[in-house]
Amino acid sequence: MKEIVVISGKGGTGKTSMVASFAALAPGNVLADCDVDAADLHLILAPEVKRREPFSGGHEAVIHSESCTRCGLCAAKCRYEAIVKRDGPAGEEYAVDPFACEGCGVCVRACPVAAIELRPRTSGEWFVSETRYGPMVHACLRPAAENSGKLVTQVRRQASQLAKERGADFVIVDGPPGIACPVIASVSGASLVLIVTEPTASGLHDMKRAAGLAAHFEIPAMICINKCDLNREVSEAIRNEAAAARLWVAGEVPYDPTAFVRAQIAGLAPVELDRHSTVSREIERTWRTVSGFLCR
Amino acid sequence: MNRTSEKAPPKIAIASGKGGTGKTTLAVNLALIADRPVRLLDCDVEEPNCHIFLKPRLRCTERLGVPVPMVDAGRCDGCGRCAEVCAFNAIAAVAGGALVFPELCHGCGACADVCPTGAIKEGTRSVGQLEIGDAGPIECVTGRLRVGEALAVPLIRAVKAHATPDRLNILDSPPGTGCPMVATVRGCDYVLLVTEPTPFGLHDLKLAVETVRTMGLRFGVAINRADIGDERVREYCATQGLDIVVEIPESRRVAEACSRGEPAVEAIPGMRKTLMETMERILATVAAPN
Repeated sequence: MKEIVVISGKGGTGKTSMVASFAALAPGNVLADCDVDAADLHLILAPEVKRREPFSGGHEAVIHSESCTRCGLCAAKCRYEAIVKRDGPAGEEYAVDPFACEGCGVCVRACPVAAIELRPRTSGEWFVSETRYGPMVHACLRPAAENSGKLVTQVRRQASQLAKERGADFVIVDGPPGIACPVIASVSGASLVLIVTEPTASGLHDMKRAAGLAAHFEIPAMICINKCDLNREVSEAIRNEAAAARLWVAGEVPYDPTAFVRAQIAGLAPVELDRHSTVSREIERTWRTVSGFLCR
Repeated sequence: MNRTSEKAPPKIAIASGKGGTGKTTLAVNLALIADRPVRLLDCDVEEPNCHIFLKPRLRCTERLGVPVPMVDAGRCDGCGRCAEVCAFNAIAAVAGGALVFPELCHGCGACADVCPTGAIKEGTRSVGQLEIGDAGPIECVTGRLRVGEALAVPLIRAVKAHATPDRLNILDSPPGTGCPMVATVRGCDYVLLVTEPTPFGLHDLKLAVETVRTMGLRFGVAINRADIGDERVREYCATQGLDIVVEIPESRRVAEACSRGEPAVEAIPGMRKTLMETMERILATVAAPN
């Protein structure tokens, strides 16, 4: 079983449309949506949820104002500016800003009168579902919740287990944008990273950092250039960059401002909407290159 | 309640649930058309892109370090108290000593606090750098996360610490609704949520709206590539009573200008006027009483 993770650095380059297309081109593989804070793959694959589990990620501190002596030690010790002074019903009081609290517990131990407790936070849910192309593991992070890295790890673990049980060849992972915590949790230990980029100044800049991340974790990587004819010069720069970093360009999908959007609105992957368009043929070539490399 | 927002120039964050909707394009171009001095804070420290369009002349760079425990093996008696209190599993008690996993550490200082033998001192671990420069009248502050570093939030906080009371502060947020986005928009006077009229755009807009509402922030919606897709984003905004501040049509010329790293207001006639109206509308909302 091989695990392919689709990332991009820059957001909005077409990761999810690509993953949905791979699902349609190679049915029976396990799908995983690791973009847990803005998950979209389910909008195309319409999963039927078979199992749902709560996800609790970390803790948050709560100050019991009635026992608090207003000494301010907690605020002095907190390194996240999470303890704020505000006007309460009984005058000035200390409170925890849940959006800044990291749940480290330093304030709890600093409090001389035990007025602070740590409570577990429910940050989301994860699901095991069936789709028209195979099983899918996905998740939903409560808005403004943290610990997406741990939830990503949970989704990947479930997907791998499912792939083993079903004898699937591949786990295909829709990754988050960026290069930090949730992306690292998505790619670490994967068989291959596919970086979907676009020929824009930002796309090139971000692709280099995403490729740097793959190299840092010693994961083989390939490139797919989406909208490749939008700017031929930048496309050439991406190819040169890929060559210098010894990365294969697995496919080059032409710029069609509406193909991905029309498919999305129809609830389909681009390759389902029109199997014979140039867009679909290039996505198919990308899949063959990636899967062929892993099965060699 | 929020008196500062009426006096000091505000902090306006440009955010979105979905990536690639045009946050950076709006942040950069709003900074370029503003009728007052701007400090542009690029909080998308994982993939900072504002500098590509503005090409600021670099004034200085600052390394950002976060605290990380260093264990003096001679003094450590292997009691394991540090591992017990660490909420991030970043320190483990092994073979009569303590082993630190710096990449998991959030720098809270709990381990050093509780160590009974004083064996833990804190050093610093570099997470990235701040780049401060000028692009004409615009002051640019960029956070650039070290590739391989997991924690984006400390660097985002450091970028935000450069917000100034002397200027209009525009913050370019990372995509999503997780901790990097929350850290960026927290304490801002206004959040502009950029979306596109597609199923993905709508779904992620709803998450972003829920996030900023939970945080009690003022916000409005910008619809980019407004003439592609369908009507559902507009219908959602209407039923939720959301302010659509601006709609920008799809244009190959804008896409090409962006691909070359050129700001849209310089490439497209009419864009300047549209964005000046957008800015006026945002500032009017910020100035209005809550």
